[in-house]
Amino acid sequence: MSMPFYVAPEQVMKDRADYARKGIARGRALVAVRYDDGIVLVAENTSQTLRKISEIYDRIAFAGVGRYNEFDQLRVAGVRAADLKGYQYSRDDVDARSLANQYAQILGQIFTHEMKPMEVEILVAEVGDGAGRPDQMFHILYDGTVVDETEYAALGGDSEAISARLAESFRSDLDLAEAVRQGAAALGGPERRIDHTDLEVAHLARSNGRRCFRRLDDDDVAAMLGA
Amino acid sequence: MPFFAPGDDPGASFPELLRRTGLAAAHDADLRGAGSLDVPHATTCVALTFADGVVMAGDRRATSGNLISHRSMEKVVPADRFSGVAIAGAAGPAMEMIRLFQLQLEHYEKVEGTALSLEGKANQLSMMVRGNLPAAMQGMVVVPLFAGFDLLRGAGRLWAYDVTGGRYEEREYVATGSGSLHAGTVIKVGYRTAMSRDAAVDLAALALWEAADADSATGGPDALRGIYPVIATVTAEGWQRLDDDDLAQRYEAIAAEVRAR
Repeated sequence: MSMPFYVAPEQVMKDRADYARKGIARGRALVAVRYDDGIVLVAENTSQTLRKISEIYDRIAFAGVGRYNEFDQLRVAGVRAADLKGYQYSRDDVDARSLANQYAQILGQIFTHEMKPMEVEILVAEVGDGAGRPDQMFHILYDGTVVDETEYAALGGDSEAISARLAESFRSDLDLAEAVRQGAAALGGPERRIDHTDLEVAHLARSNGRRCFRRLDDDDVAAMLGA
Repeated sequence: MPFFAPGDDPGASFPELLRRTGLAAAHDADLRGAGSLDVPHATTCVALTFADGVVMAGDRRATSGNLISHRSMEKVVPADRFSGVAIAGAAGPAMEMIRLFQLQLEHYEKVEGTALSLEGKANQLSMMVRGNLPAAMQGMVVVPLFAGFDLLRGAGRLWAYDVTGGRYEEREYVATGSGSLHAGTVIKVGYRTAMSRDAAVDLAALALWEAADADSATGGPDALRGIYPVIATVTAEGWQRLDDDDLAQRYEAIAAEVRAR
Protein backbone atom coordinates (compact mmCIF):
# COMPACT_ATOMS: atom_id res chain seq x y z
CA MET A 1 0.00 0.00 0.00
CA SER A 2 1.41 3.38 -0.95
CA MET A 3 1.45 6.17 1.60
CA PRO A 4 0.16 9.55 0.39
CA PHE A 5 2.61 12.40 0.88
CA TYR A 6 1.71 14.72 3.71
CA VAL A 7 1.20 18.29 2.52
CA ALA A 8 0.45 20.99 5.08
CA PRO A 9 -3.01 22.57 4.62
CA GLU A 10 -1.38 26.02 4.52
CA GLN A 11 0.66 24.87 1.55
CA VAL A 12 -2.39 23.41 -0.25
CA MET A 13 -4.35 26.65 0.16
CA LYS A 14 -1.40 28.77 -0.89
CA ASP A 15 -0.81 26.68 -4.01
CA ARG A 16 -4.46 26.88 -4.99
CA ALA A 17 -4.59 30.62 -4.40
CA ASP A 18 -1.43 31.14 -6.47
CA TYR A 19 -2.89 29.02 -9.25
CA ALA A 20 -6.15 31.01 -9.27
CA ARG A 21 -4.40 34.37 -9.09
CA LYS A 22 -2.13 33.48 -12.01
CA GLY A 23 -5.11 32.49 -14.13
CA ILE A 24 -6.95 35.72 -13.30
CA ALA A 25 -3.89 37.91 -13.88
CA ARG A 26 -3.58 36.60 -17.45
CA GLY A 27 -6.96 38.09 -18.41
CA ARG A 28 -7.91 41.72 -18.93
CA ALA A 29 -9.38 43.82 -16.16
CA LEU A 30 -12.70 45.60 -15.64
CA VAL A 31 -13.94 48.43 -13.48
CA ALA A 32 -17.26 49.59 -12.07
CA VAL A 33 -17.79 53.27 -11.25
CA ARG A 34 -20.76 54.95 -9.58
CA TYR A 35 -22.17 58.00 -11.33
CA ASP A 36 -25.11 60.34 -10.75
CA ASP A 37 -27.76 58.04 -12.26
CA GLY A 38 -26.39 54.63 -11.28
CA ILE A 39 -23.38 52.40 -11.88
CA VAL A 40 -21.37 52.01 -15.08
CA LEU A 41 -19.25 48.94 -15.82
CA VAL A 42 -16.31 49.19 -18.22
CA ALA A 43 -14.36 46.13 -19.33
CA GLU A 44 -11.42 45.70 -21.63
CA ASN A 45 -12.73 43.04 -24.00
CA THR A 46 -11.61 42.50 -27.60
CA SER A 47 -14.52 40.15 -28.30
CA GLN A 48 -17.76 41.63 -29.60
CA THR A 49 -19.77 38.53 -28.71
CA LEU A 50 -18.36 36.91 -25.57
CA ARG A 51 -19.55 39.20 -22.81
CA LYS A 52 -17.97 39.92 -19.46
CA ILE A 53 -20.81 42.16 -18.27
CA SER A 54 -24.45 41.11 -18.24
CA GLU A 55 -27.87 41.53 -16.73
CA ILE A 56 -28.99 39.41 -13.79
CA TYR A 57 -32.23 41.09 -12.73
CA ASP A 58 -34.15 44.37 -12.80
CA ARG A 59 -31.58 46.34 -10.82
CA ILE A 60 -28.67 43.89 -10.73
CA ALA A 61 -25.72 43.36 -13.08
CA PHE A 62 -22.96 40.77 -13.15
CA ALA A 63 -19.37 41.17 -14.31
CA GLY A 64 -16.61 38.60 -14.35
CA VAL A 65 -12.94 38.34 -15.21
CA GLY A 66 -10.74 35.28 -15.62
CA ARG A 67 -11.82 32.08 -17.33
CA TYR A 68 -14.83 32.75 -19.51
CA ASN A 69 -16.52 29.35 -19.16
CA GLU A 70 -16.28 29.50 -15.38
CA PHE A 71 -17.70 32.98 -14.82
CA ASP A 72 -20.36 32.38 -17.48
CA GLN A 73 -21.50 29.33 -15.52
CA LEU A 74 -21.76 31.56 -12.43
CA ARG A 75 -23.65 34.21 -14.42
CA VAL A 76 -26.30 31.73 -15.59
CA ALA A 77 -26.64 30.33 -12.06
CA GLY A 78 -27.20 33.90 -10.83
CA VAL A 79 -29.91 34.60 -13.44
CA ARG A 80 -31.63 31.37 -12.43
CA ALA A 81 -31.43 32.07 -8.71
CA ALA A 82 -32.76 35.62 -9.19
CA ASP A 83 -35.62 34.61 -11.52
CA LEU A 84 -36.63 31.76 -9.22
CA LYS A 85 -36.66 34.02 -6.19
CA GLY A 86 -38.62 36.72 -8.01
CA TYR A 87 -41.14 34.12 -9.18
CA GLN A 88 -41.51 32.49 -5.79
CA TYR A 89 -41.74 35.70 -3.74
CA SER A 90 -41.73 39.13 -5.38
CA ARG A 91 -39.49 41.10 -7.72
CA ASP A 92 -38.68 43.42 -4.81
CA ASP A 93 -37.23 40.55 -2.78
CA VAL A 94 -34.36 39.91 -5.19
CA ASP A 95 -31.23 41.67 -3.93
CA ALA A 96 -27.51 41.75 -4.66
CA ARG A 97 -26.40 40.94 -1.14
CA SER A 98 -28.18 37.60 -1.08
CA LEU A 99 -26.81 36.74 -4.54
CA ALA A 100 -23.29 37.76 -3.49
CA ASN A 101 -23.52 35.50 -0.44
CA GLN A 102 -24.63 32.58 -2.58
CA TYR A 103 -21.75 33.18 -4.99
CA ALA A 104 -19.34 33.35 -2.05
CA GLN A 105 -20.64 30.02 -0.75
CA ILE A 106 -20.10 28.33 -4.10
CA LEU A 107 -16.66 29.78 -4.74
CA GLY A 108 -15.54 28.99 -1.18
CA GLN A 109 -16.82 25.45 -1.47
CA ILE A 110 -15.06 24.86 -4.78
CA PHE A 111 -11.84 26.46 -3.50
CA THR A 112 -11.52 24.15 -0.52
CA HIS A 113 -13.07 20.94 -1.84
CA GLU A 114 -12.26 20.66 -5.52
CA MET A 115 -8.96 19.87 -7.19
CA LYS A 116 -8.96 23.12 -9.09
CA PRO A 117 -10.28 26.46 -7.80
CA MET A 118 -12.28 28.67 -10.17
CA GLU A 119 -9.98 31.19 -11.85
CA VAL A 120 -12.45 34.04 -11.62
CA GLU A 121 -13.26 37.25 -9.84
CA ILE A 122 -16.80 38.52 -10.07
CA LEU A 123 -18.74 41.65 -9.27
CA VAL A 124 -22.44 41.82 -8.37
CA ALA A 125 -23.71 45.40 -8.64
CA GLU A 126 -27.15 46.66 -7.66
CA VAL A 127 -28.44 50.13 -8.41
CA GLY A 128 -30.57 51.68 -5.69
CA ASP A 129 -33.95 53.30 -6.26
CA GLY A 130 -32.79 56.74 -5.23
CA ALA A 131 -34.97 56.49 -2.11
CA GLY A 132 -34.51 53.73 0.48
CA ARG A 133 -32.30 51.22 -1.30
CA PRO A 134 -28.67 52.29 -1.75
CA ASP A 135 -26.31 51.40 -4.62
CA GLN A 136 -24.36 48.27 -3.73
CA MET A 137 -21.31 46.54 -5.21
CA PHE A 138 -19.94 43.21 -4.05
CA HIS A 139 -16.56 42.05 -5.29
CA ILE A 140 -16.16 38.29 -4.83
CA LEU A 141 -12.77 36.58 -5.13
CA TYR A 142 -11.85 33.07 -6.31
CA ASP A 143 -11.80 31.75 -2.71
CA GLY A 144 -15.19 33.14 -1.73
CA THR A 145 -13.93 36.31 -0.04
CA VAL A 146 -16.56 39.05 -0.34
CA VAL A 147 -15.52 42.70 -0.43
CA ASP A 148 -18.18 45.39 -0.18
CA GLU A 149 -17.19 48.31 -2.47
CA THR A 150 -18.75 51.74 -2.11
CA GLU A 151 -17.68 54.09 -4.93
CA TYR A 152 -15.78 52.06 -7.52
CA ALA A 153 -14.32 48.59 -7.97
CA ALA A 154 -11.53 47.09 -10.06
CA LEU A 155 -11.30 43.38 -10.93
CA GLY A 156 -8.67 41.25 -12.65
CA GLY A 157 -4.97 41.50 -13.41
CA ASP A 158 -3.30 44.65 -12.13
CA SER A 159 -6.44 45.62 -10.21
CA GLU A 160 -4.47 47.34 -7.43
CA ALA A 161 -2.88 49.82 -9.82
CA ILE A 162 -6.21 50.41 -11.56
CA SER A 163 -7.91 50.95 -8.22
CA ALA A 164 -5.25 53.48 -7.23
CA ARG A 165 -5.80 55.40 -10.48
CA LEU A 166 -9.56 55.44 -9.88
CA ALA A 167 -9.04 56.64 -6.31
CA GLU A 168 -7.22 59.68 -7.70
CA SER A 169 -9.79 60.68 -10.29
CA PHE A 170 -13.12 59.63 -8.68
CA ARG A 171 -15.66 62.26 -7.60
CA SER A 172 -19.13 61.59 -6.26
CA ASP A 173 -20.93 63.73 -8.88
CA LEU A 174 -19.71 62.16 -12.14
CA ASP A 175 -22.04 61.99 -15.13
CA LEU A 176 -22.15 58.89 -17.37
CA ALA A 177 -19.63 60.11 -19.97
CA GLU A 178 -17.14 61.23 -17.31
CA ALA A 179 -17.47 57.91 -15.50
CA VAL A 180 -16.84 55.99 -18.75
CA ARG A 181 -13.80 58.18 -19.51
CA GLN A 182 -12.37 57.64 -16.03
CA GLY A 183 -12.97 53.90 -16.22
CA ALA A 184 -11.28 53.63 -19.62
CA ALA A 185 -8.35 55.80 -18.51
CA ALA A 186 -7.88 53.76 -15.32
CA LEU A 187 -7.91 50.49 -17.29
CA GLY A 188 -5.38 51.78 -19.81
CA GLY A 189 -2.99 53.48 -17.41
CA PRO A 190 -0.65 56.37 -18.20
CA GLU A 191 1.04 54.77 -21.22
CA ARG A 192 -1.82 53.09 -22.99
CA ARG A 193 -5.02 54.33 -24.54
CA ILE A 194 -7.59 51.57 -25.13
CA ASP A 195 -9.44 51.78 -28.42
CA HIS A 196 -13.23 52.17 -28.00
CA THR A 197 -13.85 48.96 -29.99
CA ASP A 198 -11.89 47.04 -27.33
CA LEU A 199 -14.16 48.27 -24.54
CA GLU A 200 -17.34 46.63 -23.37
CA VAL A 201 -19.51 49.14 -21.55
CA ALA A 202 -22.88 48.70 -19.86
CA HIS A 203 -24.71 50.60 -17.16
CA LEU A 204 -27.41 50.22 -14.55
CA ALA A 205 -29.36 53.46 -14.63
CA ARG A 206 -32.18 54.39 -12.26
CA SER A 207 -33.93 56.26 -15.10
CA ASN A 208 -34.18 53.16 -17.36
CA GLY A 209 -37.46 51.90 -15.92
CA ARG A 210 -37.98 48.42 -14.49
CA ARG A 211 -35.02 46.81 -16.21
CA CYS A 212 -32.17 49.20 -15.42
CA PHE A 213 -29.48 47.38 -17.42
CA ARG A 214 -28.43 48.75 -20.84
CA ARG A 215 -25.41 48.11 -23.02
CA LEU A 216 -23.72 51.03 -24.72
CA ASP A 217 -22.74 50.34 -28.32
CA ASP A 218 -19.42 51.28 -29.95
CA ASP A 219 -20.74 54.60 -31.27
CA ASP A 220 -21.99 55.67 -27.84
CA VAL A 221 -18.67 54.75 -26.27
CA ALA A 222 -16.69 56.53 -29.02
CA ALA A 223 -18.77 59.67 -28.48
CA MET A 224 -18.19 59.56 -24.72
CA LEU A 225 -14.46 59.05 -25.10
CA GLY A 226 -14.31 61.86 -27.64
CA ALA A 227 -12.66 59.51 -30.13
CA MET B 1 -28.10 28.83 -6.20
CA PRO B 2 -29.00 26.14 -8.77
CA PHE B 3 -26.09 24.32 -10.47
CA PHE B 4 -26.51 21.54 -13.02
CA ALA B 5 -24.19 19.01 -14.63
CA PRO B 6 -23.65 19.70 -18.36
CA GLY B 7 -25.90 16.84 -19.51
CA ASP B 8 -28.64 17.79 -17.07
CA ASP B 9 -28.82 21.54 -17.71
CA PRO B 10 -32.31 23.00 -18.26
CA GLY B 11 -30.86 25.56 -20.70
CA ALA B 12 -32.86 28.74 -21.16
CA SER B 13 -36.22 27.19 -20.21
CA PHE B 14 -37.72 28.64 -17.04
CA PRO B 15 -40.59 26.11 -16.71
CA GLU B 16 -38.02 23.30 -16.95
CA LEU B 17 -35.93 25.04 -14.28
CA LEU B 18 -39.02 25.15 -12.04
CA ARG B 19 -39.47 21.42 -12.49
CA ARG B 20 -35.82 20.65 -11.74
CA THR B 21 -35.90 22.72 -8.57
CA GLY B 22 -39.18 21.23 -7.40
CA LEU B 23 -41.10 24.52 -7.50
CA ALA B 24 -43.49 23.42 -10.24
CA ALA B 25 -45.60 21.26 -7.91
CA ALA B 26 -48.40 23.81 -7.82
CA HIS B 27 -48.93 23.43 -11.58
CA ASP B 28 -49.32 19.69 -11.39
CA ALA B 29 -52.04 19.93 -8.75
CA ASP B 30 -54.98 17.60 -9.11
CA LEU B 31 -57.74 19.55 -10.81
CA ARG B 32 -60.37 16.82 -11.03
CA GLY B 33 -63.76 18.33 -10.43
CA ALA B 34 -62.42 21.87 -10.66
CA GLY B 35 -64.83 22.53 -13.54
CA SER B 36 -67.72 22.67 -11.10
CA LEU B 37 -66.06 25.47 -9.08
CA ASP B 38 -67.32 28.95 -9.76
CA VAL B 39 -63.99 30.61 -10.57
CA PRO B 40 -63.71 34.03 -12.23
CA HIS B 41 -63.61 33.99 -16.02
CA ALA B 42 -62.05 36.60 -18.25
CA THR B 43 -63.69 37.45 -21.51
CA THR B 44 -63.36 39.34 -24.77
CA CYS B 45 -60.04 40.24 -26.40
CA VAL B 46 -59.21 41.23 -29.98
CA ALA B 47 -56.10 41.99 -32.01
CA LEU B 48 -55.69 43.35 -35.52
CA THR B 49 -52.84 44.38 -37.77
CA PHE B 50 -52.42 47.89 -39.18
CA ALA B 51 -49.81 49.66 -41.29
CA ASP B 52 -47.08 49.91 -38.61
CA GLY B 53 -47.83 46.92 -36.37
CA VAL B 54 -50.66 45.48 -34.33
CA VAL B 55 -53.41 46.75 -32.00
CA MET B 56 -54.48 44.62 -29.03
CA ALA B 57 -57.56 45.30 -26.96
CA GLY B 58 -59.47 43.64 -24.15
CA ASP B 59 -62.34 44.54 -21.84
CA ARG B 60 -61.82 44.68 -18.06
CA ARG B 61 -64.57 42.44 -16.71
CA ALA B 62 -64.21 39.06 -15.02
CA THR B 63 -67.32 37.07 -14.19
CA SER B 64 -68.18 34.12 -11.96
CA GLY B 65 -71.36 32.64 -13.29
CA ASN B 66 -73.87 35.50 -13.45
CA LEU B 67 -71.90 37.78 -11.09
CA ILE B 68 -69.26 40.34 -11.95
CA SER B 69 -66.20 39.38 -9.90
CA HIS B 70 -63.73 42.06 -11.07
CA ARG B 71 -64.27 45.31 -12.92
CA SER B 72 -60.71 46.34 -13.60
CA MET B 73 -58.87 43.21 -14.57
CA GLU B 74 -56.08 43.61 -17.13
CA LYS B 75 -56.23 40.81 -19.65
CA VAL B 76 -54.05 42.47 -22.27
CA VAL B 77 -50.48 42.80 -21.06
CA PRO B 78 -47.05 43.24 -22.61
CA ALA B 79 -45.17 39.94 -22.88
CA ASP B 80 -41.94 41.85 -23.49
CA ARG B 81 -40.99 45.07 -25.29
CA PHE B 82 -42.17 43.93 -28.73
CA SER B 83 -45.09 41.63 -28.05
CA GLY B 84 -48.25 41.36 -26.03
CA VAL B 85 -50.55 38.63 -24.88
CA ALA B 86 -54.30 38.70 -24.25
CA ILE B 87 -56.26 36.00 -22.47
CA ALA B 88 -59.76 34.68 -22.15
CA GLY B 89 -60.87 31.83 -19.92
CA ALA B 90 -60.41 30.84 -16.29
CA ALA B 91 -58.73 33.90 -14.79
CA GLY B 92 -56.51 32.16 -12.21
CA PRO B 93 -54.67 29.76 -14.51
CA ALA B 94 -54.63 32.42 -17.24
CA MET B 95 -52.89 35.05 -15.08
CA GLU B 96 -50.40 32.43 -13.91
CA MET B 97 -49.73 31.44 -17.52
CA ILE B 98 -49.09 35.08 -18.44
CA ARG B 99 -46.73 35.53 -15.51
CA LEU B 100 -44.75 32.44 -16.48
CA PHE B 101 -44.74 33.47 -20.14
CA GLN B 102 -43.40 36.97 -19.40
CA LEU B 103 -40.78 35.49 -17.11
CA GLN B 104 -39.78 32.87 -19.67
CA LEU B 105 -39.18 35.51 -22.37
CA GLU B 106 -37.04 37.59 -20.01
CA HIS B 107 -35.24 34.52 -18.64
CA TYR B 108 -34.39 33.34 -22.15
CA GLU B 109 -33.13 36.78 -23.11
CA LYS B 110 -30.85 36.97 -20.07
CA VAL B 111 -29.49 33.42 -20.23
CA GLU B 112 -28.94 33.40 -24.00
CA GLY B 113 -27.96 37.05 -24.36
CA THR B 114 -30.46 37.61 -27.21
CA ALA B 115 -34.26 37.78 -27.30
CA LEU B 116 -36.38 35.01 -28.84
CA SER B 117 -37.75 35.62 -32.34
CA LEU B 118 -41.46 36.50 -32.49
CA GLU B 119 -42.20 33.09 -34.00
CA GLY B 120 -40.24 31.50 -31.14
CA LYS B 121 -42.31 33.39 -28.58
CA ALA B 122 -45.57 32.30 -30.25
CA ASN B 123 -44.34 28.71 -30.21
CA GLN B 124 -43.38 28.96 -26.55
CA LEU B 125 -46.89 30.14 -25.63
CA SER B 126 -48.33 27.28 -27.65
CA MET B 127 -46.45 24.80 -25.46
CA MET B 128 -47.74 26.49 -22.31
CA VAL B 129 -51.36 26.27 -23.51
CA ARG B 130 -50.74 22.62 -24.41
CA GLY B 131 -49.38 22.07 -20.89
CA ASN B 132 -52.66 23.39 -19.49
CA LEU B 133 -54.70 20.78 -21.38
CA PRO B 134 -55.31 18.50 -18.33
CA ALA B 135 -56.75 21.52 -16.48
CA ALA B 136 -58.70 22.57 -19.58
CA MET B 137 -60.32 19.10 -19.66
CA GLN B 138 -61.60 19.89 -16.14
CA GLY B 139 -63.12 23.18 -17.27
CA MET B 140 -60.17 25.51 -16.57
CA VAL B 141 -59.86 26.58 -20.20
CA VAL B 142 -57.32 29.26 -21.13
CA VAL B 143 -57.33 30.63 -24.68
CA PRO B 144 -54.79 33.39 -25.34
CA LEU B 145 -54.04 35.66 -28.28
CA PHE B 146 -50.50 36.59 -29.06
CA ALA B 147 -49.40 39.55 -31.17
CA GLY B 148 -46.25 41.51 -31.67
CA PHE B 149 -43.90 43.30 -33.97
CA ASP B 150 -41.53 40.96 -35.81
CA LEU B 151 -38.16 42.73 -35.85
CA LEU B 152 -36.80 40.27 -38.43
CA ARG B 153 -39.63 40.87 -40.92
CA GLY B 154 -40.44 44.45 -39.95
CA ALA B 155 -44.18 43.79 -39.63
CA GLY B 156 -46.88 43.16 -37.05
CA ARG B 157 -48.06 39.53 -36.72
CA LEU B 158 -50.75 37.82 -34.67
CA TRP B 159 -51.72 34.36 -33.54
CA ALA B 160 -54.84 32.67 -32.14
CA TYR B 161 -54.71 29.49 -30.06
CA ASP B 162 -57.05 26.67 -29.20
CA VAL B 163 -57.19 24.72 -25.91
CA THR B 164 -54.88 21.99 -27.22
CA GLY B 165 -52.11 24.49 -27.94
CA GLY B 166 -52.96 24.68 -31.64
CA ARG B 167 -51.38 27.85 -33.02
CA TYR B 168 -52.97 29.70 -35.94
CA GLU B 169 -51.36 32.74 -37.48
CA GLU B 170 -53.89 35.20 -38.89
CA ARG B 171 -53.16 38.01 -41.35
CA GLU B 172 -55.84 40.52 -40.40
CA TYR B 173 -57.50 40.05 -37.02
CA VAL B 174 -58.29 37.59 -34.24
CA ALA B 175 -60.82 37.59 -31.39
CA THR B 176 -61.24 35.35 -28.36
CA GLY B 177 -63.59 34.98 -25.39
CA SER B 178 -67.34 35.04 -24.90
CA GLY B 179 -67.90 38.24 -26.89
CA SER B 180 -65.56 37.21 -29.71
CA LEU B 181 -68.36 36.56 -32.19
CA HIS B 182 -69.64 40.15 -31.97
CA ALA B 183 -66.24 41.79 -31.64
CA GLY B 184 -64.83 39.72 -34.49
CA THR B 185 -67.71 40.61 -36.77
CA VAL B 186 -67.29 44.34 -36.16
CA ILE B 187 -63.62 44.10 -37.06
CA LYS B 188 -64.33 41.86 -40.06
CA VAL B 189 -66.71 44.47 -41.48
CA GLY B 190 -64.56 47.50 -40.66
CA TYR B 191 -61.13 46.09 -41.50
CA ARG B 192 -59.10 47.73 -44.28
CA THR B 193 -55.55 46.81 -45.30
CA ALA B 194 -52.77 49.09 -44.02
CA MET B 195 -55.00 51.20 -41.73
CA SER B 196 -53.55 54.07 -39.73
CA ARG B 197 -52.92 53.57 -36.01
CA ASP B 198 -55.78 55.89 -35.16
CA ALA B 199 -58.30 54.07 -37.35
CA ALA B 200 -57.19 50.66 -36.05
CA VAL B 201 -57.52 51.78 -32.41
CA ASP B 202 -61.01 53.19 -33.13
CA LEU B 203 -62.07 49.93 -34.75
CA ALA B 204 -60.82 47.89 -31.77
CA ALA B 205 -62.64 50.22 -29.36
CA LEU B 206 -65.87 49.89 -31.38
CA ALA B 207 -65.52 46.09 -31.48
CA LEU B 208 -65.40 45.93 -27.67
CA TRP B 209 -68.31 48.36 -27.42
CA GLU B 210 -70.50 46.14 -29.61
CA ALA B 211 -69.37 42.99 -27.77
CA ALA B 212 -70.27 44.59 -24.41
CA ASP B 213 -73.61 45.62 -25.87
CA ALA B 214 -74.56 42.07 -26.81
CA ASP B 215 -72.64 39.87 -24.34
CA SER B 216 -73.31 40.15 -20.60
CA ALA B 217 -69.85 38.82 -19.68
CA THR B 218 -68.05 41.60 -21.56
CA GLY B 219 -67.60 44.91 -19.78
CA GLY B 220 -68.15 48.17 -21.64
CA PRO B 221 -66.47 51.50 -20.92
CA ASP B 222 -67.30 52.50 -17.33
CA ALA B 223 -67.30 56.31 -17.29
CA LEU B 224 -68.72 56.33 -13.77
CA ARG B 225 -65.63 54.63 -12.30
CA GLY B 226 -63.23 55.77 -15.01
CA ILE B 227 -62.49 52.21 -16.14
CA TYR B 228 -61.84 51.76 -19.86
CA PRO B 229 -60.72 48.73 -21.87
CA VAL B 230 -57.00 48.13 -22.23
CA ILE B 231 -55.95 49.08 -25.75
CA ALA B 232 -52.30 49.01 -26.80
CA THR B 233 -50.24 49.04 -29.99
CA VAL B 234 -47.02 47.20 -30.72
CA THR B 235 -44.83 48.76 -33.40
CA ALA B 236 -41.12 49.14 -34.17
CA GLU B 237 -41.06 51.53 -31.18
CA GLY B 238 -42.35 48.78 -28.90
CA TRP B 239 -45.40 48.38 -26.68
CA GLN B 240 -47.49 51.52 -26.13
CA ARG B 241 -50.67 51.51 -24.07
CA LEU B 242 -53.25 54.20 -24.74
CA ASP B 243 -54.06 56.29 -21.70
CA ASP B 244 -57.54 56.52 -20.22
CA ASP B 245 -58.11 60.16 -21.27
CA ASP B 246 -57.56 59.23 -24.89
CA LEU B 247 -59.91 56.24 -24.56
CA ALA B 248 -62.54 58.35 -22.77
CA GLN B 249 -62.63 60.68 -25.80
CA ARG B 250 -62.84 57.80 -28.27
CA TYR B 251 -65.73 56.20 -26.36
CA GLU B 252 -67.57 59.52 -26.14
CA ALA B 253 -67.29 59.78 -29.90
CA ILE B 254 -68.64 56.23 -30.28
CA ALA B 255 -71.53 57.01 -27.88
CA ALA B 256 -72.38 60.15 -29.83
CA GLU B 257 -72.36 58.22 -33.08
CA VAL B 258 -74.61 55.51 -31.59
CA ARG B 259 -77.06 58.14 -30.28
CA ALA B 260 -77.29 59.68 -33.74
CA ARG B 261 -78.10 56.34 -35.42
